[in-house]
Amino acid sequence: MNDLTILAASEATRRTLTLGLFAVFIAVTLYITLWASRQNKTASDFYDGGRSFSAVQNGFAIGGDYMSAASFLGIAGIIALYGYDGFLYSIGFLVAWLVALLLVAELLRNSGRYTMGDVLAFRMRQRPVRTAAGVSTITVSIFYLIAQMVGAGSLVALLLGIGKGEEFLGLSQGAAKNVTVVIVGALMITYVIVGGMRGTTWVQIVKAGLLMTGATLMTIFVMVKFNFNPSSLLGSAATESGKGDAFLNPGLRYGAGDWKTKVDLISLGLALVLGTAGLPHILIRFYTVPTAKDARRSVQWAIGIIGSFYLLTLALGFGAAALVGSDAIRAQNPGGNTAAPQLAEELGGGAGSLGGAIFLAFIASVAFATILAVVAGLTLASSSSVAHDVYANVIRKGDVDERSEVRVARLAAIVIGAVAIVLSIFAQNLNVAFLVALAFAVAASGNLPAILYSLFWRKFNTQGATWAIYGGLGVALFLVIFSPVVSGSPTAMISDRDFSWFPLENPGIISIPAGFFFGWLGTVLSKERDDAKYDELEVRSLTGAGAH
Amino acid sequence: MTSSETRPGQGQPTADAYSRMNADPRFADLRKRFRNFVFPATVAFLAWYLLYVLLSAFGRGFMDTKILGNLNVAFFFGILQFVSTFGIAILYSRYADDKLDPVSSDLRNELEGRR
Repeated sequence: MNDLTILAASEATRRTLTLGLFAVFIAVTLYITLWASRQNKTASDFYDGGRSFSAVQNGFAIGGDYMSAASFLGIAGIIALYGYDGFLYSIGFLVAWLVALLLVAELLRNSGRYTMGDVLAFRMRQRPVRTAAGVSTITVSIFYLIAQMVGAGSLVALLLGIGKGEEFLGLSQGAAKNVTVVIVGALMITYVIVGGMRGTTWVQIVKAGLLMTGATLMTIFVMVKFNFNPSSLLGSAATESGKGDAFLNPGLRYGAGDWKTKVDLISLGLALVLGTAGLPHILIRFYTVPTAKDARRSVQWAIGIIGSFYLLTLALGFGAAALVGSDAIRAQNPGGNTAAPQLAEELGGGAGSLGGAIFLAFIASVAFATILAVVAGLTLASSSSVAHDVYANVIRKGDVDERSEVRVARLAAIVIGAVAIVLSIFAQNLNVAFLVALAFAVAASGNLPAILYSLFWRKFNTQGATWAIYGGLGVALFLVIFSPVVSGSPTAMISDRDFSWFPLENPGIISIPAGFFFGWLGTVLSKERDDAKYDELEVRSLTGAGAH
Repeated sequence: MTSSETRPGQGQPTADAYSRMNADPRFADLRKRFRNFVFPATVAFLAWYLLYVLLSAFGRGFMDTKILGNLNVAFFFGILQFVSTFGIAILYSRYADDKLDPVSSDLRNELEGRR
C-alpha cells in the first residue's frame, strides 16, 4: 500500500469512529431524556427539575451549561495561535463567577421562582418589566445559540474531514454544515420539550464529566512529553510558533501598539467579567437546588470545575502550538478552532495511526456533546421566559394554570429552536467568538444593572428596570452595528461596505456604564416607589423565608 | 412574584410580617454581616482583575519580565487570578457558614412560624 491509501483508510476509520461515538452519545442522552420525562409531572419539574438537584450535581451542570465550544475549542485555539492573549479570555470567564457567587446566586434563588424576570419584576409593575426581561433573555440566548450552532456546523465538517469541494455521503461541505445545524437543533428541542430542566440538567452533567475527562487525559499526555515542566512546554511552544518570546507575552492578538486595540482589550475584559451573572441560562440554574446554601455550594463547585478546566486549556493550547505547530493549525482552520482535536490526533500517535484516529474521534465527540448541552440550556432558558414571563404574566396577566403554561413553554422551545436553525444556516460565515462576546456584552449591559439595582437599591422602580434593560441592550447592539466587526474591515460581516465609526470590536466599555446610567436615570425620573415590597424582597432574599 | 403563588399548607408570611422583620435589629445585623463581606470582596476582586487587564494592555514591559525559565510575570499574574478566585470562594463559604446561615435560618423559621 502506498501512503495515500493508508491515509484514505485511516480517514475512513476516523469518520466511522467519530460518527459511532456521536451516535452513542445521542442514544445515551435521549435515554436520559426519556427517563427524566417519566419523573416530570408538575410545572416546577419542567422549569427547575423539581428543585431537587444536589449542590455537586448542579455544580457539574453549571459547568456543563457554561463551558461552551467557544471555551473548549475557541480558547485552546486562541492560545495555540496567539499564545498568552488566549489566557486573558479564560481569566475573565472565571473571575466572573465571583460576581455570581457573592452578589447574585443566593439572593436570586431565594426571591425568584423560574426565570430572571421573576426577580426583576418582584416589586415592579409586572407587564412592562416582564416584557423587557423576556426581550433581553431571548436576545442574549439567540446570539449565544447561533454562535454554538454555527460552531457545530463547521466543527463537524472539519472533524469528518469534509473539505471545500469534497463530498461525504453525497453531501457537499455546505450541505453537511446545514444538516449538522438541523440535527443539533432537533436534538436540543427534543431534550427540552421531552426532558425539561431535569433531562437538560443530566445531559449537562454527563457532558461536564466527559469534557473534564477528555481535557485531563490530553493534559497528562502533553505534560508527560515535557516531563511535567511548564517552562519547557512554554519554551517549546514559543519556538514552534515561530514568534519566539512574543508568544508568551501579552499583546500578540491585542495591542500592536495601537491605543484602540488596548482599549478594546479592556472593553472585552469588562464584558467577560460582568456578563456571566447576567446570562439567563446560567441564572435559571440557581433555581434547581432546594436552598440558597445549595446555590452557594453549587457555584463553588462550578468555580472549582471551571477553573480547573481553564488551567487545562492552557496546557492544551500551548501543547497544540508546541506539538502540532501554529502553521498546521492555521492551515486546517484560520481561527484555530481545530487546535484541540488536532492535538488529540498528534497525542494518539499522529495522522494515519489508529491511536490518533481513536483519540481524535473521542475528542470530537466530546466537543459535540459540549455544544449539545449548551444549546439545550439556552433553549430551555428562552422558552421558560416566553412561557412564564411573556405568556403567563404579560398576555394572561397571571391568570393561567400550570399545564397550559408548560404547554406554551414546549411550543416556544420548538419555535425558538426553529428560528435558531434558520438563522444559523444564514449565519454560517459569522465569527463564533464575536457572537459569544456580543452575548456577554448585552448581558452585562442590560441584565446585570437591572439585577443588581433590583436586589440592592431601594428606590429602583419599573421605569428604572425597563430603561436599564432597553438602554444597555440598545446601546450595545447600536455600537456593534457601527463597529469594525460589522463593516469596513477585511474580517467584517459586510467586508465590501464601510459604515463603521465606532472604533472598538467590543462595546462593553461604553454600553455597560450606559446600562447602569439609564437604570439610574429612569428611576429618579419616576415617582413610583414601593418600600413595603423592597422590605419584603430584602428579607426574603437574605433569609429564604417564603421561598419556593 | 405575586402573592397568588403561595404554596398551600405552608405558613406564608404576610407583607406586614416582612416589614416588621425588616425593621428588626437582628435582621439589620444579618444584612450588615452580609454586606460587610460581599461589598469589600467585590471591590477587591474587581480592582485586582482590572489591574491585571490594565497591565496586560499598558504594562507590557513589566509583564514580559521572565521570572523562572520561560515563565514570566504575566504568566504568574494570571495564575494568581485563579488562586485569588478560588481563595475568595473558600473564604466566603466559611464566612457564610459561620456568620450568615445560623442567623438567616433562625429568622426564616420565625417568619414561617416553625419554631
